[in-house]
Amino acid sequence: MYQDIIWTVALAAMGLVALGFLWVISQAGKAADAASSQRAYHGANVLRRWLFGILLVVFAGVTWASLHRFPIPRQHAALDAAQVVDVIGRQWSWEVSTTTLTTGTPVEFRVTSGDVNHGFAIYAPDGRIVTQTQAMPGFTNRILYTFTEPGAYRVMCLEYCGLGHAPMVSEFQVVAPEGN
Amino acid sequence: MATLTMYPDDERLSRGERSVFNLYLVSAVALFVLMMLLGLAMRMSQGNWLALAPDLFYRVLSMHGAGMVGTMGLVTTAVMWFFLRKYVTLHLWAFLANYVLFLLGALCIIGSIFIGNYAGLWTFLYPLPSQGMVWSPQSAAVFMVGYLLIGVGMLLFYLDAAAGIIRVFGNFARALGLQWLFGGQIDPSHPKAVVAGTMVIIANSLGILAGAVVLVLYLINIYDPQMVLNALLTKNLTYWFGHMYINATIYMGVIAVYELLPRYTGKPYSVSRPFLWSWAASTVFVIIVFPHHLLMDYAEPRWMAVTGQIISHGALFPVFLVTAYGALANVYHSGMRWTMPSRLMMLSLFGWAAGIVPAVIDGTISVNRVMHNTQWVPGHFHFYLLLGVLPMALALMYHVVGSRRQAPPDSGADRIGLPLYLVGGLVFVMAFLDAGRLSVARRMATHLPEWWPTDQAGAIGAALVILAMSYFAVRIGAGLLKAPADGDRAHAAG
Repeated sequence: MYQDIIWTVALAAMGLVALGFLWVISQAGKAADAASSQRAYHGANVLRRWLFGILLVVFAGVTWASLHRFPIPRQHAALDAAQVVDVIGRQWSWEVSTTTLTTGTPVEFRVTSGDVNHGFAIYAPDGRIVTQTQAMPGFTNRILYTFTEPGAYRVMCLEYCGLGHAPMVSEFQVVAPEGN
Repeated sequence: MATLTMYPDDERLSRGERSVFNLYLVSAVALFVLMMLLGLAMRMSQGNWLALAPDLFYRVLSMHGAGMVGTMGLVTTAVMWFFLRKYVTLHLWAFLANYVLFLLGALCIIGSIFIGNYAGLWTFLYPLPSQGMVWSPQSAAVFMVGYLLIGVGMLLFYLDAAAGIIRVFGNFARALGLQWLFGGQIDPSHPKAVVAGTMVIIANSLGILAGAVVLVLYLINIYDPQMVLNALLTKNLTYWFGHMYINATIYMGVIAVYELLPRYTGKPYSVSRPFLWSWAASTVFVIIVFPHHLLMDYAEPRWMAVTGQIISHGALFPVFLVTAYGALANVYHSGMRWTMPSRLMMLSLFGWAAGIVPAVIDGTISVNRVMHNTQWVPGHFHFYLLLGVLPMALALMYHVVGSRRQAPPDSGADRIGLPLYLVGGLVFVMAFLDAGRLSVARRMATHLPEWWPTDQAGAIGAALVILAMSYFAVRIGAGLLKAPADGDRAHAAG
């Protein structure tokens, strides 16, 4: 599950930060003499350069890995998806043109709003978000997504839109293609 | 440069200064407790422990958001004023005018929410304020006027501070220390408070101006609905304003750490080239990073989304490698004097450094696709606001309370209150982050039963934080309002 990976990475990084603080705090009470302070100052600068290098490599790697295939589909050219769904958000309901989709072939969602900003989020049968975009008045945002698991998917509004925001829910079915 | 004297003479407050400074701090701690109580009510309602009707829930949410952001701005402005006045001339009238305009703005906001039923949240995304259905466009207009008053007050303070800085340092570039970026002998007495203050003035003035533009556009739209606005443009302006306003609170708050930390470690903590580079970079970063709030607005130009991600990730460098690392190096083997201010400073640095991690991760487009507008988001911003920025301000307050007896406070109750605050805060923010992992939506009055456990854990954490914060508020309020010490009276007379 993608969210679990994100959670693990965040916990690990925050844990490292916490360990660093705890270690320094444990050493804070011991005052060093001038010579030791000078050595510590030099050591801290060397360590900072190493940390800078490591962070730079991680930064470059993450940037390349996360952007070389841009995660947002083209918005101003044909996506040529086999399945197309038009979605309009309104206070406080969804108008979804198709309620049955199939697994294995890309679906293009064309999402807009008839009034205020809404958030079009698709929840998988296990209750986790698989993808989302904003539904904005005057704009059409396009999602390209291929479902792999059949089941009942729920649409929830993830941008606050007024009193009926929480119950603004819809549902569609994803089924395996005939013959499978 | 920050001094090593615990209570230097140039930080003494005249009678007038003390009165205005106390107004800021006492108002802030009282407002924090009140806004936290609203937050607790919302978490309990989401967890099915309290029944808040949706219309009331969203009004409470609007009040909590606007109130917390505004109060963070108020209290960290007091931090910046307290230290910056040592290096440049700041006029008390500008500091007081900011407070008065803040109060007037707050009254407008409270009136629009609790009398006019406004519930369009502090982010007021177009065109919701004028199409809320359950509140009138006029109450939205009063809310906007409240924001404008607060923004005008802050701009007045910044203009006064900018004039003071330019009079002493010549221009913003020299105040930021840009002349030493590529070489030259750095003046070790160049104040970090001036570097940080200058960055805040540049960035947040731009943000407030962007906010003013969008608020005036809204007001025109409310009274002339035929003048339709571009939803994407207004969203960009709104987040440009909102992002810089809330980030400015961190950069104003951290001045307390730069100034106070060396007094508790006993080690000099002067400017360095990496420090100047990090603040120069942060000045640019904070101005251009706001598109990370619009990663799910696919109509946004692609280069803006890429900028949002890359700059978000880049923000790790100055925070980790300069501010947090530099502070830890100063603390290491220092013979640290552990009292409430120093403990709060360490907590604040941890809260900022750890809290930025989930924020940066969420700034990745592919992550944002599953985390945007889930409770991951309040998880990360509560992390660095509750455990980062607020402790920075509390550290200064405790320090000032100690100035009466020339000794930083460190009572038994203080030593119990701080762990309570830390544990409660961690439970509270981790409950949010875990809810983000589970795809729990943010800003919903009612939650699915399977979401209740994280809501309830969050409510327990919030209750612990409120217990600790209530104690801090009483302790600080009483400490600040005590009669000035003899030395202060002499200073006031002179």
